[in-house]
Amino acid sequence: MTVIQNKPVNPIAHLTAEDIEIIGKELDAIRERVVADRGERDAAYIRRVISTQRKLEMGSRVVLLFSLFPPAWIVGTAGLTVAKILENMEVGHNVLHGQWDWMRDPKIHSTTWEWDHVSPAEQWKHSHNELHHTYTNVLGKDNDLGYGIMRVDEDQRWHPFHLGQPLWNFINACFFEYGIAAYDLELGRNLRNGRHKRPEFRARARAVGRKIRRQVLKDYVVHPLLSGPSFLHTLAATFTANLLRNLWSHSVIMCGHFPEGVETFSRRSIEGETRGEWYLRQMLGSANISGSRLMHIMTGNLSFQIEHHLFPDLPSNRYQEIAPEVRALFDRYGLKYTTGSLPRQVLSAWRKVVRLSLPNRKAPRRVDERPAPALAASGV
Amino acid sequence: MTTTVPKPSGKAALRGRILRLAASVTTPLLPDDYLDLVAPLRSGADLRGRVLAVRPETADAATLVIRPGRDWRGHTPGQYVRLGVDVDGVRQWRAYSLTSAPTRRGGPISVTVKAIPDGVVSNHLVRRTRPGTLVQLDQAQGDFVLPGRPPARVLFVTAGSGVTPVMGMLRADVLGGADVVVVHSAPTPADVIFGAELRGLAERGVIRLVQRHTDTDGLLTVDDLDRLVPDHLDRETWACGPVGLLDALEEHWTASGRGDRLHTERFRPTVISPGEGGAVTFVRSGVTVCADGATPLLDAGEDAGVLMPSGCRMGICFGCVLPLRQGAVRDLRNGELTTAVPGDGVRIQTCVSAAAGPCDIDH
Repeated sequence: MTVIQNKPVNPIAHLTAEDIEIIGKELDAIRERVVADRGERDAAYIRRVISTQRKLEMGSRVVLLFSLFPPAWIVGTAGLTVAKILENMEVGHNVLHGQWDWMRDPKIHSTTWEWDHVSPAEQWKHSHNELHHTYTNVLGKDNDLGYGIMRVDEDQRWHPFHLGQPLWNFINACFFEYGIAAYDLELGRNLRNGRHKRPEFRARARAVGRKIRRQVLKDYVVHPLLSGPSFLHTLAATFTANLLRNLWSHSVIMCGHFPEGVETFSRRSIEGETRGEWYLRQMLGSANISGSRLMHIMTGNLSFQIEHHLFPDLPSNRYQEIAPEVRALFDRYGLKYTTGSLPRQVLSAWRKVVRLSLPNRKAPRRVDERPAPALAASGV
Repeated sequence: MTTTVPKPSGKAALRGRILRLAASVTTPLLPDDYLDLVAPLRSGADLRGRVLAVRPETADAATLVIRPGRDWRGHTPGQYVRLGVDVDGVRQWRAYSLTSAPTRRGGPISVTVKAIPDGVVSNHLVRRTRPGTLVQLDQAQGDFVLPGRPPARVLFVTAGSGVTPVMGMLRADVLGGADVVVVHSAPTPADVIFGAELRGLAERGVIRLVQRHTDTDGLLTVDDLDRLVPDHLDRETWACGPVGLLDALEEHWTASGRGDRLHTERFRPTVISPGEGGAVTFVRSGVTVCADGATPLLDAGEDAGVLMPSGCRMGICFGCVLPLRQGAVRDLRNGELTTAVPGDGVRIQTCVSAAAGPCDIDH
């Protein structure tokens, strides 16, 4: 991908400013319809997922008390992996988005929820909900584009550091939750410019430290100790579950914005952005994953990344239902609805990580200096 | 420095240690989150109750028999309980008088609910609630109760579902040999909640029952009372019913210099009538501003110098969510109205909500 304004063929050149506002209105209408209809069915869904997740986690951890026996190790590790994935993806991510705030249940609310992750919910909500979801795919504003350690767009400047990015990406995948905690702290930037000595940063770093301590204590000390003679086996099991959860969530999240076909935007392009233009940026800046119902749940319905980015606060179980309508809207306005199977999208994202570890082969081609009509009119 | 804080007893310290250990097993959740799955009514849990039965009383009223959680502290006849019910997925809180006599610890309690037209919660409770449902509870509260030693002469004036707290008192059998008159008003005989039970009490001579039916007799007035119970001003009186009736009674008792003998129970003390804009109070900051119906509460607060939490300012990030203690707000995106009274636990996105009447923000 390159910044949309720098493409040889501008994918939104055929849209007028009016078209863009109508797209916005149509999307608003879809949102209103879901909001008016959400109710008991949705509440029952999230409660069922939460209760299933908790029973699965508890059950798996009980089985792991006997992890000395290979079948117990395998069953317990598999169960714990699935439980941890559900907890982070379909429950944690979505509750922290405020998708279930409308239920007014203080126990399932974005302001009270804490998740099984080393980044404290409070800090993650800021960097994810506020920064990433507002400035989606805007170069220089949305740090999710490469997480500050990778170059995932031709228009990001190449640095010799990027030569190692396939390796950085793999390490980040294995320890993804720590990568996110560092990312939420903006650790790299704060260390570079010396802001790490400020009391505000230190307070946040201490909060992360406390969270890491609690998480590590639980997974690598308390549960192994409870397992007695199975100490080492349980330790290996929880490590494996965390590793698999990290690899899985990293893969799913890479598929959201990195595959080929996803557009990026320049910082200047969002000045004075209208609601319709914001929607359009979300439509072009995200990619879906196709698959079975079970796969969607395991991705926390982030396989409907496009729908999620259009409506980050709608209940996740609704994304699948509105997807055909959203896709029809893309078709009607001649826009590309990027989607593909998980292996295909993961491969596509990885290919880009490898390709962009080297400098661009030739200088990015510029579009005709004359801006496309829609862009000139709308300032996208 | 010396300290006078007493050392926790051995048992309490041990309990604290066990709890901390359990929390280190379940973090980031609490042991309670897991226990709630299997024992939601246990001691130490948030107070809840399980509906054991729903018994129809009239065409539009029903009694819910509820087993309260272990931490239920009991009630005094005449008190009410706040019930948190999930209606169409959304938790709603309402207060209902307890109609059961106090029971031994762990015994069931009951409330009797009349479905009011367009009443979201009352209709749900009367018509759609099934045994087995979990509801949220608060401890019983309210001072619409009998004194420790019952007065010799008592008058109850009730209308419609206003009979419910009085039924709680009559069932508790605490009036001894007092001379009790019950004046009850309902549209028709079929609408009288607890009609058979009240008539039974009258037949046994426990109470004198005066039934009025508004369809034939018209609304109960103070003049009627003069005629029906001539000595009413000499009686210790408890009244519960519509606001109009209670206002008239209070005026009459006060004018006669007997105001201290009249006890009234009003439900819905806070009437929220939504409009456009209103006075917005940021309770903890101690700031009140007038905001119009088009200004987001976030802007109104910031303009008044309140340090507001904020984020995307377009309704997507939920970084600005604050509790609405009471009042009404309108969602600027779709005009949807949200109202709250204290205890409802309503939280709102201040960046896309404007005042729709006076409101208190807990911030």
